[in-house]
Amino acid sequence: MAILNDENLAKVDKLVPKYPEKRSATLPLLHLIQEEHGYISNEAVEWVAERLDLSPINVYEVVTFYPMFKQKPGGKYAVKVCRTLSCALGGAYKTCKAFEEALGCGLDQTSEDKLASLEFVECHANCGRAPVVMVDEQMFEGVDENGARKLVEKMREGTL
Amino acid sequence: MAIKEHRLIFKNIDVEGYTNDIACYEKNGGYADLKKAIGMKPEEICSEVMDSGVRGRGGAGFPAGMKWKFLDRKSGKPIYLVCNADESEPGTFKDRQIIHKDPHQLIEGMMIAAYAIQAKLAFIYIRGEFFEGARILERAIEEAREKGYLGDDILGSGYSCDILIHRGAGAYICGEETGLIESLEGKRPYPRIKPPYFPAALGLYQCPTIVNNVETLCDVKHVVNMGGKAFSEIGTPGNTGTRIWCVSGHVQKPGYYEFPCAALTLGELIYDVCGGLLPGRSLKAVIPGGSSSKVLRADERFTGKLKDGSEFDWGIEDIPMDFDSLMAAGSMSGSGGVIVMDDTTDMVEALANINSFYAHESCGQCTPCREGVQWMKKVTGRMSRGEARMEDVELLRSIAGQIEGRTICAFGEAASWPVQSFLAKFNDEFVAKAKQQAERNAGSEAPQALETTLI
Ligand SMILES: Cc1cc2nc3c(=O)[nH]c(=O)nc-3n(C[C@H](O)[C@H](O)[C@H](O)COP(=O)(O)O)c2cc1C
Ligand code: SF4
Ligand code: FES
Repeated sequence: MAILNDENLAKVDKLVPKYPEKRSATLPLLHLIQEEHGYISNEAVEWVAERLDLSPINVYEVVTFYPMFKQKPGGKYAVKVCRTLSCALGGAYKTCKAFEEALGCGLDQTSEDKLASLEFVECHANCGRAPVVMVDEQMFEGVDENGARKLVEKMREGTL
Repeated sequence: MAIKEHRLIFKNIDVEGYTNDIACYEKNGGYADLKKAIGMKPEEICSEVMDSGVRGRGGAGFPAGMKWKFLDRKSGKPIYLVCNADESEPGTFKDRQIIHKDPHQLIEGMMIAAYAIQAKLAFIYIRGEFFEGARILERAIEEAREKGYLGDDILGSGYSCDILIHRGAGAYICGEETGLIESLEGKRPYPRIKPPYFPAALGLYQCPTIVNNVETLCDVKHVVNMGGKAFSEIGTPGNTGTRIWCVSGHVQKPGYYEFPCAALTLGELIYDVCGGLLPGRSLKAVIPGGSSSKVLRADERFTGKLKDGSEFDWGIEDIPMDFDSLMAAGSMSGSGGVIVMDDTTDMVEALANINSFYAHESCGQCTPCREGVQWMKKVTGRMSRGEARMEDVELLRSIAGQIEGRTICAFGEAASWPVQSFLAKFNDEFVAKAKQQAERNAGSEAPQALETTLI
């Protein structure tokens, strides 16, 4: 498997020399890989290490530390419900339950039909619009139980 | 609204017709301050920032001018500027507004700061979840480069500096400035021990580095615009400029509101600005500066002496919203995230929620923090589920006491302060819960699971 498509490879070649030290490009390279494949495989870790003159462990320890990096493929959509205090005060735990029911899967799981992976995450920095939910790169505000069910419906219809 | 906002940083935010492109920014006077700055000597700008008294908006409230002064200029190593756009303190949501709606204000502030400290290169460390924010900034940087506001030979001055956007990947500890630096170096964001690793001396790549919050860097632009002295006249001595208060939780109109420091009280912010609590509810507690700051109880009295020697005796509603007053009240203004809780809030559950956050986000380097925050989460978790033990309140108090002051970074305090203050202010609620559950569970009945809403 090619690690990155040509367009992303070109981005890598532009990006790495911008940093005073190559190792700094670890996070941006991992982001590019995850954007293209949805997760970061062991081969990808080795590829990044080689590209930046590092040992694979230097990259692997980064992948395993940061919550946004996934090591296995998830569903078509990634649903991230904020569980932190302001959102919780606004009903985030109920919202999350509604997602679990509508998707038929628990937290940190992927629904059986591979439609979505569900995750509880910490503060999205939009606490005034609680409860806040991100689906992939899109942010939704004030998502109550009904809102959660509607979002799942849209995912099913492919209209999100 | 009884009290009118005074928008300096948020002047153009949410204004109809205002867009985040460079044409709109320039039409509204944008980059005039950079032009002015480039005509000044770098040290002149530094002394204006010193005169302005502007304190860091990222959490600790350290004077920006002083921080810049600490830069090690003798080493001859390149100097770096880093904008902290990690914005992950729970309850805080101001930086994202600036990034999304007025990105050029940040870029202009950054280029002025970079010129003032003679930085070789500048970075914006932006939290990974701000996908759109990062794209907006990328575009804004390209626009600014085309116009000669950044890059090579800025406005013909001979000074060159670029801005690189660096995205995080979902870890709160990347907001701590030395963790952030490690993250920028491509490593796990393990905070560094201070001393010796004060960024101004040994920062990024072991070079002198200034890390400032998004809002602080925007303030720099306004300091150049109006002069340090005029800036210092907004607010009160020692608490200069405006603050953006981000109000969330149980209020009618949560949102972001900008006021000069000390221009209003906490009561005015909650009742006049945010429309008060929901019908039929009453105020129970406020966390005034992001979840790390100590909680204030609605019916406590705050007494003591201010820096100027005058005595104060405040109820919660009387506390002036500024750095020093919130500190005098035993808490802090932190990142400006005001979380309001009404009488329906179960304080044990609220603390359990906060503890879960810190347990998830500890970087794991220091034993007291790594183990302690897990234990605090475990204990408040069982108290929320109805499985408390009689000794749990004392246990919590003791764990928090063993973390504070024994860690590499201030995360240890950030995690202990909520526990210590919740227990100090709401001791009866915690004790009653522990007692009731322990007694019931000592009987023949199986522990009874409670329905919870916050955890
Ligand atoms: C655990 C922890 C998390 C922090 N998170 C942030 C953050 O998300 N954004 C921020 O600007 N500062 C954060 N800070 C404060 C930074 O360490 C640093 O003091 C700040 O960026 C300096 O900028 P300022 O002087 O302009 O406030 C955090 C500090 C700690 C201890
Ligand atoms: S106090 Fe906690 S977060 Fe800070 S360095 Fe130690 S373990 Fe990491
Ligand atoms: S608490 Fe949910 S966005 Fe901040």
